[in-house]
Amino acid sequence: MVLTEPITRPAAGEVTIRDLFKSFTLNGRRLDVLRGIDLQVRGGEAIAIVGPSGCGKTTLLRVLAGLEDPDRGDVLIDGAPVHGIGNQRAVIFQEPRLLPWLTVTQNVAFGLEVRGTDRIKAAEKARHYIRLVGLGGFEEAYPCQLSGGMAQRVGIARALTVQPEILLLDEPLGALDAMTKLTMQEELSRIWREEGVTMILVTHDLEEAIYLADRVLVMSKDSGTPTRLIDLDLPRPRDRSAPVFVALRRRLMAEFGLH
Amino acid sequence: MTLETLETPALSAPPARVVAARLAQAGRSGFARYGLLAGFLILWQVGSTQGWLNATVFPPLDLIFAALWDGLASGALIDDIAISLQRSGLAFAAAVVLGIPLGLFMGQIRAVEHALDPILQFFRQTSALALYPVFILLLGLGEASKVFVIFWATLFPVLLATIGGVKEVDRKLIEMARTYGATRGTVFRRVVLPASVPSIFVGLRLSATTALLLLIAAEMIGANRGLGFQVMNAQYNFQIPLMFAAIFLLALLGLAANFTLVTLQRRLCRWAEAN
Repeated sequence: MVLTEPITRPAAGEVTIRDLFKSFTLNGRRLDVLRGIDLQVRGGEAIAIVGPSGCGKTTLLRVLAGLEDPDRGDVLIDGAPVHGIGNQRAVIFQEPRLLPWLTVTQNVAFGLEVRGTDRIKAAEKARHYIRLVGLGGFEEAYPCQLSGGMAQRVGIARALTVQPEILLLDEPLGALDAMTKLTMQEELSRIWREEGVTMILVTHDLEEAIYLADRVLVMSKDSGTPTRLIDLDLPRPRDRSAPVFVALRRRLMAEFGLH
Repeated sequence: MTLETLETPALSAPPARVVAARLAQAGRSGFARYGLLAGFLILWQVGSTQGWLNATVFPPLDLIFAALWDGLASGALIDDIAISLQRSGLAFAAAVVLGIPLGLFMGQIRAVEHALDPILQFFRQTSALALYPVFILLLGLGEASKVFVIFWATLFPVLLATIGGVKEVDRKLIEMARTYGATRGTVFRRVVLPASVPSIFVGLRLSATTALLLLIAAEMIGANRGLGFQVMNAQYNFQIPLMFAAIFLLALLGLAANFTLVTLQRRLCRWAEAN
């Protein structure tokens, strides 16, 4: 292993969430989705957010991405409060969200081009990240020629190409088949180590959370139960069948009343 | 992991047997596609010469092609083609130049579309031919009223298809572009516009068909030149082969317009049919 110790990027990619509130009105009823969330994420850390459907984990991620404004509370990145969308963050969605009229290279370069990098430079960088996600040779393919897993890799490469400090992932592997999912989890883990980014991952999959994260934020649906933070003190790379791993999975499942 | 593989071109000349097999293959697929059309034409020709059909209403094809050749050689039909192309072309171009930008604008801004939609639907449902007398009153019997009536009918398909295309752009793609900090203009240029191209082409093809339809109607009602006029005029003078020659040219014009648009669409939307 080349990278056994965590990459230290002082302060870069540090996220602070302070007393965050967000509610929606649905059919005339007020739904308090986020109720005073506090969270401190170190630069380069991997955090997984889990919870039942409707607990607000996606909303929290969308607030962090700047796609939604909170009703109250602050999001600070590297100590400075942020509002709206910013260059420090990149989002990977559940669907690859590729532009079907662009080739793989053009799709991966899209984010950079939108941010003002010139075409040639953007394409050069895009090719680097295409190789990093294991899609070398598919540079000129169109999205409709790719399988689901490959398309998601393109989406991941596009987010990495803009070299964000913080990677926000909204159930990125949720739509993939079981086999592809396992491979992609390994890839995500490797990419996270190599790039040294802060990773905030929303997932349904408890095993995925334990495999990828340093800490897990467990959100709940009912207002009585507060959110909990669980430290995953496991060596990396993680072994899914190690006793500690299995014990942690059992403990997390117990959090959801599953045994 | 699959990717379409392109057939690698054979480097050495293929043997005669392979060529023959390929020709047979091409012949079979050609027959499957055009066999019925050929059968129809043969039936017409034989039916007309053998007296199964009334030869005065359905003259044999050779007479029709002779009339067509005479008309083209003498330049009489060429004039008609030119004036017809000018009328429909001008109207179509005007509809495209107005319809696409207006459609893009209306599709983007909800309030505008909301306010304009009722009046558009009302205009669209009013038959252009019913309005033709009004256009004649306003613009006279000359070229202007003819071009305008064609333009009127041609505008709606392309306009409505463009609005529909813009409105149906995947919101998730727009959101994706926004997360990279894309401005409204960039989102429009890089996401909305390319995503709308396929439906714009559907509108263009509908508009082209409408343009030819209205062209013929307008020329039949109040013209003394043009292919539509020629069809009517030949019938009045009982020059049935010439009438069919003009009809044949109109069909050809329609096919050519459609072919051009389909080719252009293939060029611009290669991504949509890459698999």
